[in-house]
Amino acid sequence: MSKTFTLDGQPIPFSTGQTIIDAALDAGVYIPHLCHHPDYTPHGSCKLCSVIVNGRVCSACTFPAAEGQEVLSHTDELNEDRRRITQMLFVEGNHLCPGCEKSGDCKLQAVGYYLGMHDNHFVHFFSPRKLDASHPDVLLDLNRCIFCTLCVRASREKDGKDVFAISGRGINKHLIANSASGLLKDTDLEASDRAAHICPTGAILIKRTGYTTPIGARDYDHQTIAEVSLERERETHDG
Amino acid sequence: MRPFIQDLAAKHHFQPTRLLEMLREIQARDHHVSNEAVELLAEALRIPRTRLIDAIEFYSFFSSTPKGRYELRISDSITDKMLGKDALIDYLSEKLRVPVGGVRSDGLVSLDNTSCTGMCDQGPAGLVNGHALTRLDRARIDRIAGLIERQVPLAEWPSEFFHAEDNIRKPDLLLGQPIAQGEGLKAAYARGLNQTLAEIDASGLRGRGGAGFKTAAKWRFCAEEAESERYVVCNADEGEPGTFKDRVLLNAFADQVFEGMTLCAAIVGAKHGFLYLRGEYLHLYDKLQTILAHRREAGLLGRGILGRNFDFDIEIRLGAGAYICGEESALIESLEGKSGIPRNRPPYPVTHGYLGKPTVVNNVESFFAAAAIAVHGGAWFAAHGAEKSKGTKILSISGDCARPGIYEYPFGTPARTILDECGAEDVLGAQIGGPSGTFISNREFDRLLAFEDLATGGSFIVFDNRRNILDIARNFTHFFAHESCGFCTPCRVGTSLLRKQLDKIYDGYGSAGDVAALDEICRLVKTYSHCGLGQTAANPVLTTLARYPEAYESRLKKISYEPGFDLDAELETARRLANRSDAAAHLSQTGE
Ligand SMILES: Cc1cc2nc3c(=O)[nH]c(=O)nc-3n(C[C@H](O)[C@H](O)[C@H](O)COP(=O)(O)O)c2cc1C
Ligand code: SF4
Ligand code: SF4
Ligand code: FES
Ligand code: FES
Repeated sequence: MSKTFTLDGQPIPFSTGQTIIDAALDAGVYIPHLCHHPDYTPHGSCKLCSVIVNGRVCSACTFPAAEGQEVLSHTDELNEDRRRITQMLFVEGNHLCPGCEKSGDCKLQAVGYYLGMHDNHFVHFFSPRKLDASHPDVLLDLNRCIFCTLCVRASREKDGKDVFAISGRGINKHLIANSASGLLKDTDLEASDRAAHICPTGAILIKRTGYTTPIGARDYDHQTIAEVSLERERETHDG
Repeated sequence: MRPFIQDLAAKHHFQPTRLLEMLREIQARDHHVSNEAVELLAEALRIPRTRLIDAIEFYSFFSSTPKGRYELRISDSITDKMLGKDALIDYLSEKLRVPVGGVRSDGLVSLDNTSCTGMCDQGPAGLVNGHALTRLDRARIDRIAGLIERQVPLAEWPSEFFHAEDNIRKPDLLLGQPIAQGEGLKAAYARGLNQTLAEIDASGLRGRGGAGFKTAAKWRFCAEEAESERYVVCNADEGEPGTFKDRVLLNAFADQVFEGMTLCAAIVGAKHGFLYLRGEYLHLYDKLQTILAHRREAGLLGRGILGRNFDFDIEIRLGAGAYICGEESALIESLEGKSGIPRNRPPYPVTHGYLGKPTVVNNVESFFAAAAIAVHGGAWFAAHGAEKSKGTKILSISGDCARPGIYEYPFGTPARTILDECGAEDVLGAQIGGPSGTFISNREFDRLLAFEDLATGGSFIVFDNRRNILDIARNFTHFFAHESCGFCTPCRVGTSLLRKQLDKIYDGYGSAGDVAALDEICRLVKTYSHCGLGQTAANPVLTTLARYPEAYESRLKKISYEPGFDLDAELETARRLANRSDAAAHLSQTGE
């Protein structure tokens, strides 16, 4: 652990093969992210973790840390652009936060707060998206899916199943469930699977648990996403 | 269905890497890939059905719902439009009683738009069941409609409908002196493989696919990897609208392209090669297979090439309608039987390519040139061209000019010379390097074709003064939104936002703030996208906005902000309550 790079001027130690985001997380520095979770193979799709490495824009969650790198992350410009990228995710889907059971526990919403997002800025797509309530214990509401593939990776890498996949091209991308009917009830998903709990938005919800923690007492009602992330994701990563 | 799928899977050795080939055969037979086919094939290949569904939805030439027994697709590229494509597709739609994007109720025919098919010098172009149609006009459409109504099999259609001209207008160094079969390999072995790599290095050859990475360096990196298994891939995806030179190279000089691949394999130590041929070039497939067979007979492919301890063979894989698969890591994913999503880098394909093994991916023209350099030496090539761009470049010229076709120029040639020689008059500008490249206006014709100035993969589209800048930018912007793979947020959402924003202005609903908003979206898409597609998708807007701001402004409403109601009238109640009627208590609509 003798090697270091600098992040916004601060030296960050890292071990060989570690990505910039994981090294930063271990050192207690939060870089905004949505599709990344240290327990799963890096993906690099949301682009919220974009940082500037030696003058070039890179995804901190996939880019390997290297000795002597100069990384910029917490700059006004980057945070403003991250806000725009978050706004893109909001207008692409249908995110009706006040009516969403995940409000207060949602990473997308929390990142929006963290980045000072006060409106959606872009025009809405209002694209019709499906809701699959067929499963006895799990609800799938594709209005809120941001294609982070965390459920896909969790199902494959931790549950040893292959319940989810992202299908299609471009703006027509959508999440599909692995069953002949296409319905969640016909997959082998169980409510205790990691895949059922990893979703950063309210796209995958466990039924009959809504509001057991009331709004006002939820994770991001007390702490910023930076605090929660440093606390939780470091924990799982160390373990 | 079951025996068909079982045989199909067996024929492809139950290899999921060959998924696209299998899906192509199902689509060709049934004109869609049914749920049943998905289930059976997934079971036979032992892969999740979701992988098949993803591929079917990703590639334009697959469909989960039935298309017509005659699947018609008409190229929607700008040059086709300039040749009257819009009126033609309407005519076709009327004549065959099938809506664009739909299937006729009797299931006989379906009609769609498609991205550039690589026949830009002989458009309007299209495809029927994957086979290229050229030079469409009303007379030809009348005959095609007749053939379809009478259900005449494609094999019995007049061959002139499918005829693709090479249109080689100006051969130079490479096109002027093609090498004889086997000559490149023999020369390389006579000189020594290491020495031949040194010659390619000395030639200064840079990749002809657009990015311009030094070919010799790529081969050396791959050769130096510790792995024992390596691959050579020829990128014949050629999806950049306005590019068709690889089509001509493969039609007229395939032997030399394969020779270049074999040379590369000898140098890096590869046993397997792939020609990734875009689906649109299906018409070349049989011919290329025959040439490969001849090369095997001649001892230039297969085991013990030229009687040496060198085994190498080339397999042709067809794409299925996705521009992004030209990007080298997406191409590799596609070769592995997946949808074409660009990988994270590092690692790069030269270290972790096909199946994770070191892989060289080069453009058709790069291999074509390398074979000639093996024969004639590096100095021969390096004596031509510009300082940082050695040799010649093969261009595909289309659009408003008297003689569209293939031209070979030394690097460093000014745009003006090219325009003069292809018979372009009254020129408004030219798109160099396709939509992802640069638009140059008629004040810039002294600029040079070279990596140090105007880099290009080969697309050169000419526009004359009848054309409208916004039509061009809009066509290209729609192209990128359609072809974005959708993996990353800035490109997936950004290219669609860009399309909406440009359309708003194009349709006359924009006000001054909308151009600034357009500019902001461009910057976000360009800066944060994962791969070259997103990083260049805003170029059509950025390059035309910089040169023709007035073209954009002329479409704007004349106010800086247009509210949806009368601001001053809304204040009437407040004025009454405040007992005021002075000037300061009134508002005018802003910006007038
Ligand atoms: C969206 C996109 C499409 C591309 N399409 C092609 C193509 O059709 N043919 C090609 O040779 N290179 C294409 N490229 C470039 C390839 O990624 C790669 O650089 C090239 O094949 C390398 O070969 P070269 O070094 O011989 O040019 C494309 C790149 C991007 C980003
Ligand atoms: S459902 Fe949730 S976890 Fe799965 S891809 Fe969508 S947003 Fe990500
Ligand atoms: S930039 Fe576009 S094409 Fe490239 S990975 Fe992102 S979404 Fe896909
Ligand atoms: S967290 Fe890195 S791209 Fe999503
Ligand atoms: S086929 Fe029409 S522009 Fe290429």
